[in-house]
Amino acid sequence: MKALRNFMNKIEPSFRPGGKLSKLESVYDGMETFLFTPNATSHSGVHIHDGNDMKRTMITVVVALLPALLFGMYNIGYQHYLAIGHADTGWFTMFLYGLLAMLPVIVVSYGVGLGIEFISAQIHHKEIQEGFLVTGILIPLIVPINTPLWMTAVATAFAVIFAKEIFGGTGMNIFNVALITRAFLFFAYPSRMSGDEAFVKLDSAFGMGGGTVVDTFTGATPLGQVATSVGDPTMTNIVGEPISCMDALLGYIPGSPGETSIIAILIGAVILLITGVASWRIMCSVFVGGLGMAALVNALPSATYPASMLDPMTQLCLGGFAFGAVFMATDPVTGARTTVGQYIYGLLIGVFAILIRVYNSGYPEGMMLAILLMNAFAPLIDHCVVSSNIKRRARRAAIKENKEG
Amino acid sequence: MATVRLKKGFDIHLLGAISDNALAATGQPQSVAVVPDDFHGIIPRMEKKEGEHVIAGEPLYHDKNYEAIKVVAPVSGTVKEVRRGERRHIDAIVIIPDGGADTVAHDLKRPALDVLLDSGLWVMMRQRPYDVVPVPGVKPRDVFVTAFDSAPLAPDLDVVLGDKRQYIKKGVEVLNGLTSGKVYIGIRDGQSIDAPGAEVTTFVGPHPASNAGVQAANTKPVNKGETVWTMDIVTLARIGELFTTGKVSHDTVTAITGEMVQQPRYVTTVMGADLETVLKHELTNVVQSRIISGNVLTGMKVEASQWLRAPYRHITVIPEINKPDEFMGWAALSPNRFSIYRTFTTWLRGLKTPVSMDSRIKGGERAIVRTGEYDAMLPMDIYGEFLIKAIISGDIDKMEQLGIYEIAPEDFALAEFADTSKLELQRIVREGLDRLRAEMS
Repeated sequence: MKALRNFMNKIEPSFRPGGKLSKLESVYDGMETFLFTPNATSHSGVHIHDGNDMKRTMITVVVALLPALLFGMYNIGYQHYLAIGHADTGWFTMFLYGLLAMLPVIVVSYGVGLGIEFISAQIHHKEIQEGFLVTGILIPLIVPINTPLWMTAVATAFAVIFAKEIFGGTGMNIFNVALITRAFLFFAYPSRMSGDEAFVKLDSAFGMGGGTVVDTFTGATPLGQVATSVGDPTMTNIVGEPISCMDALLGYIPGSPGETSIIAILIGAVILLITGVASWRIMCSVFVGGLGMAALVNALPSATYPASMLDPMTQLCLGGFAFGAVFMATDPVTGARTTVGQYIYGLLIGVFAILIRVYNSGYPEGMMLAILLMNAFAPLIDHCVVSSNIKRRARRAAIKENKEG
Repeated sequence: MATVRLKKGFDIHLLGAISDNALAATGQPQSVAVVPDDFHGIIPRMEKKEGEHVIAGEPLYHDKNYEAIKVVAPVSGTVKEVRRGERRHIDAIVIIPDGGADTVAHDLKRPALDVLLDSGLWVMMRQRPYDVVPVPGVKPRDVFVTAFDSAPLAPDLDVVLGDKRQYIKKGVEVLNGLTSGKVYIGIRDGQSIDAPGAEVTTFVGPHPASNAGVQAANTKPVNKGETVWTMDIVTLARIGELFTTGKVSHDTVTAITGEMVQQPRYVTTVMGADLETVLKHELTNVVQSRIISGNVLTGMKVEASQWLRAPYRHITVIPEINKPDEFMGWAALSPNRFSIYRTFTTWLRGLKTPVSMDSRIKGGERAIVRTGEYDAMLPMDIYGEFLIKAIISGDIDKMEQLGIYEIAPEDFALAEFADTSKLELQRIVREGLDRLRAEMS
């Protein structure tokens, strides 16, 4: 470490104002604080500080996303080999294929997003913020695998600039940046975001895989199938075999890379809840709201809305509900910040997600829109909760005045 | 006797606690200083010049706005220096003691308020709103006295009180005469106090349970337009002593604590004594130490060449940097990187094991991201985060509505320690209070 420290000290002057590379000062600072905890000591207020900082907080979320990421890679391979009729391929080959398929998306997401963050930090002469560490890994997990890389790049750039930087960067944004990326893709290129061709990668990845697709192939996600079904919905996998709730629980279904395996998501949820990084109030109330609403629509089934015939547990296991509840709704920056507000915020996300999913035939999945909608309402919810505190204080003062007067 | 249970807050256990309550005496201080910054809200106008002789209890300066508020010399001696900083701001008034035992005697037949203002004890009190030295002429609604200190490594106030305990009764009696309400005394679980005439409340819970403001908020919150006084039990006893003997004693018991102290212990010394005398042979390594007059949360950083600062009862010495150039500290899996959050592994070992903490900030300043961090450290019916945002944005109405009149910077000290975003909350609160005070006057 000494050698590295010496090296960093040696190159430092060229990054400082007047140096040859002074335009990259914030990049140098970013690297330095990444490698070495700053020696800066407190000069006002408290003399000791907790060891936790934003880097640790964000990395914890990334760690929580790893199970979903790893399974997502495996599932991309699994779906691919299933589609080309080689379902007996070894799990490692499947994983490797998925890894190769996803790597470019991850590189593009981080490259574009962090690039913008670096430039923005340099313009404002600020330290690079860590928010994109999480966003950059969320994007590949929620964008369908067949999305062209240039679309992902454009959408990421749009989201980072217009949903985050113009509001002031990490901590100031109103809408979840990863979801804005997806929403941008969803509305700008709808044909590539749903239907048969979005979710299962059929061509080869860096020369790996590829082959003739079996005749019975259909790439629609279970929720997509339900939305277009007539009568009692039956769900099948991509080669036409019926699937159960258990397949969805384990994650052997087509979908966005991160969203399919409920088990992988729940491992992430446990990490987030034990470390206290995510609010358990939001997470639990999303599930409660979703379950309640799903039970309600299921109690009033209608052939016009085939999704209303799904039983509540299946509703929650399918699509992006669990992923959204665990990783997106709990984004503290865009969510409600008061304790009471978090219950309301979570409940309404769950309710709206199912509501959109069932009663809006245009959108087989409602989680993204539900979270974005509630992102917009979170400040209002907080305002109401804080107002009650303000009223309580005002009443206390009024009682006092009355007594005197 | 009422008991209030507080759940929010946190007790930080640091290395260097005192294990033995025995008192040791320091020698006669080489110099003694009064630091005007210790008495926030007072604009000093000097009454003594450099080279003049003073006796203990004689005024050194008074307040520009309220001339009756005096700040007095703690010892007899010669004013050696009125040390000034930028824009002629008075940094310290240094006195070389002559060992004389003379003390100003006050005429107790005068009104209590006048005696208190003259005695120099007035500036040891604080008022809410604004957390400043009380404004004379405003009768306080109530007086809140805290009889313990729950800050990290804080002294046991029963030890600091010593035989001044006998004056508590008189102190309560005097204060009862000055307030239109009651004198409230907050004690910790298991502490006993003999204070007839006072409303005694037991506070059970972690720091900041001992903050007078926290105690007030959980007994009778301060509303807009109201004023309350706050102080610690030692000041109350000193007031009692003044009104019994006619004199103020300026001796004090100070706890010398912290990891860098050889043998943490209590010493008796004089208010404002020079640290070279107080800390003689006490530290293990002066160069790598940060000396704090007060506790690690609210104390002032001082140099070894400076003086003991108000409230004159605690010194903490911690390492300045105990792990220079820590490699990828944010990725640490070691429980030794102390954090109250479970993103680190300290909690697996238990958060009650005393730890070594240095003064590094351990992270860059960021926007507020994590929720509820401030509220978890603030046992008051206040939305801390929203209040801080109102202060930062300078929204006076919101500050009032969200309860800024109830708080002092010290109430946010623990939140500042725990803040993942590393914001300087105490500075923000202080600036907000000062701004509001300027706006209201």
